[in-house]
Amino acid sequence: MSDISFVRTEMLPQQEPPASSVGVIGWMRENLFSGWFNSVLSVVSGLFIFYVVGSILGWAWSPTWSATSLNECREIGAALGHEGHGACWGVIRDRWVQLIFGFYPPESYWRPILAFILLAVALAPVLFADKVSGKLIYLTAAYPFIMPFLLWGGTIWGPLAAAAGFAIGYFVYKAVDQAAGSLAAVIAAVVAALIWWLFLAGPVSGGLAGILPIGVEPVDSRNFGGMMLSITIGVVAIACSLPIGIVLALGRQSDLLIVKALCVGFIEFIRGVPLITLLFVASTLLNIFMPPGTNFDIIMRVIIMATLFSSAYMAEVIRGGLAALPKGQYEGADSLGLNYWQSQRLIIMPQALKISIPGIVSTFIGLFKDTTLVSVIGLLDPLGLSNAIRADADWNGVVWELYGFIALMFFVFCFSMSRYSMYLERKLRTDHR
Amino acid sequence: MKKSVFLGALTVAGLAAGAAAAGTLDDVKARGKLNCGVTTGLVGFAAPDANGHWEGFDVGVCRAVAAAVLGDPEAVEFVPTTGKTRFTALASGEVDLLARNTTWTFSRDVDLKFEFVGVNYYDGQGFMVPKELGVSSAKELDGATVCIQTGTTTELNLADFFRANNISYEPVPIETNAEAQQQFLAGACDVYTTDASGLAATRATFENPGDYVVLPEIISKEPLGPLVRHGDAEWGDIARWSLNALIAAEELGITSANIEELSKGTNNPEINRILGTEGTLGEMLGLDKDWAKRAILAGGNYGELFEKNIGEATPIGLARGLNAQWTDGGLLYTPPFR
Repeated sequence: MSDISFVRTEMLPQQEPPASSVGVIGWMRENLFSGWFNSVLSVVSGLFIFYVVGSILGWAWSPTWSATSLNECREIGAALGHEGHGACWGVIRDRWVQLIFGFYPPESYWRPILAFILLAVALAPVLFADKVSGKLIYLTAAYPFIMPFLLWGGTIWGPLAAAAGFAIGYFVYKAVDQAAGSLAAVIAAVVAALIWWLFLAGPVSGGLAGILPIGVEPVDSRNFGGMMLSITIGVVAIACSLPIGIVLALGRQSDLLIVKALCVGFIEFIRGVPLITLLFVASTLLNIFMPPGTNFDIIMRVIIMATLFSSAYMAEVIRGGLAALPKGQYEGADSLGLNYWQSQRLIIMPQALKISIPGIVSTFIGLFKDTTLVSVIGLLDPLGLSNAIRADADWNGVVWELYGFIALMFFVFCFSMSRYSMYLERKLRTDHR
Repeated sequence: MKKSVFLGALTVAGLAAGAAAAGTLDDVKARGKLNCGVTTGLVGFAAPDANGHWEGFDVGVCRAVAAAVLGDPEAVEFVPTTGKTRFTALASGEVDLLARNTTWTFSRDVDLKFEFVGVNYYDGQGFMVPKELGVSSAKELDGATVCIQTGTTTELNLADFFRANNISYEPVPIETNAEAQQQFLAGACDVYTTDASGLAATRATFENPGDYVVLPEIISKEPLGPLVRHGDAEWGDIARWSLNALIAAEELGITSANIEELSKGTNNPEINRILGTEGTLGEMLGLDKDWAKRAILAGGNYGELFEKNIGEATPIGLARGLNAQWTDGGLLYTPPFR
């Protein structure tokens, strides 16, 4: 009996995969050249990308940072032998501060900077609730009063008086709640706060400012400009449009006829007109309706219009989220014995908002970019300023460099908003898809 | 019924408020600042520099009026306006004076209820074409594509000119001058038309200005001037005579260099009246006697302002042309200071 075995008794040593299927070559074979059609496509797109990137870099790689006028840029370009094909970066060096701060007084640049740093801090407890101390929420509550004070300046008593209105409302609510019940307390608190804001806050803050003149140099709205103007309008409108949008979405689903009619009318009206029309109303029509001499801040008017505009869109986005919830969620909330506000707060809204995150963030990003429309009513946002900069005889004719810089600034903000929304979606994912 | 009562009440309130706010001079003095409407940026006429300080030929008028009224050429709040917002800004009282290279036309003066206080630049609409087009007259432009800024008088003039000459054109509507430059350079249109001063400024920025020619035809009259609201003639007088003082100063040889010397008194009674050493012209305007001296000191006389902002030494390089003094064959002619 021979001991010839037809079955191998020992394992062969593992071999390297063939060189053509690993590493760079393998990756390219698999992803770029996996067939004649894909190979042709890869080569063509590679050439296209090379051509585009090559010409952009060839244009952008231009040592004109220190030039003081377009003609000087052209001289530098001519000296280097590429006439008419080089960027002129001197305009960015000369004007980047203006593109960011507009006409804000230079000695006060720390104020908008501080305001926007504080904004990040104040947003942290809202955006990253699980990562920062909960106490920061007090700063978030105070921020709506800090920001106008820092940006517009003036006496500190104005924002304090505005904040005092909320405190007065709270105490009135507490006092009346025990004596006459909840509904009466809400009404009394609102009335008390309104009386304070409309009639008392002005004289009181004026008087206090006379006694204790604490404050910083006031800055006129006309001096706002550049990126700072866009961010101010964008941030305020974004922060206000979400709550207003939620209320409108709920109102649209309400059983109360008048509330529903008001909400539907508002949403459909605002969505039916272009933003630019609302801006023209804000800039020109309101002026004619109001008695001459009344000075209703132009930026405030624009902020109000932008807020109204985006809250109508926000309401529809959130209504989409509400509609996506199964009816069982509403019935479950009812069967637990929760009242309307409790069920909205604990069951409906958390789910509806989670569903609508992509839509909400899209609306935010759209709103932020829409702020550039204010240049058509003569406000000098980055786009308006680019026109004003070109009106300087030194820089007349510079186009792409300015627009590129502005696009870059907007990209930074919009891209981070978009990334944040993806992070939030991942964090809130509770289903098992 | 109720609605009309409400509207009526609004109207009455508006009229009452309008009457109460009639004294622009008092408003400006109380505010301590002149609100002056300018463009959002036009080469040579109004533009902010890197520090946000506005400069330009129209800006010079604003500063002269501010100096005459408030004594400080820097006491101006510049309100940038677009072609669409400029008239409402003035009508609603947002600005006291609009110095925004605005053409003086019948309907703007009469129908829109404004008062042009004079002309600080006589312009006219011209055409620019690439040299290689081989055109030497605007009448040869039959069938051309024309870049044209919308919402301006140039649009209407263009239509009138082509209709009158019985030739056709294809408009390429554009919004801003910068857009026009890009479109024109990219060849999107054969012809760019706007005010001749704008054409000169635009051509000066081209890489090869020699490749483009401005055609000889000037097809419209564009007297550009500052304007104020109807209904406050005192304020209109101040703006008008501040501008006239700048023009008269050039005619009489008063410059920012020799004004101190001349204001000690001269043998020319008109110079003395302008500079306040004789007569009471300032009081008649409701100002003090040095008003015109301050207006001239703000940026120099008309000629100095012209040379500094748009004259031949600047990149824009405009010749005086129609804007020379009447003694030099131009159109500048102020009524006497008497």
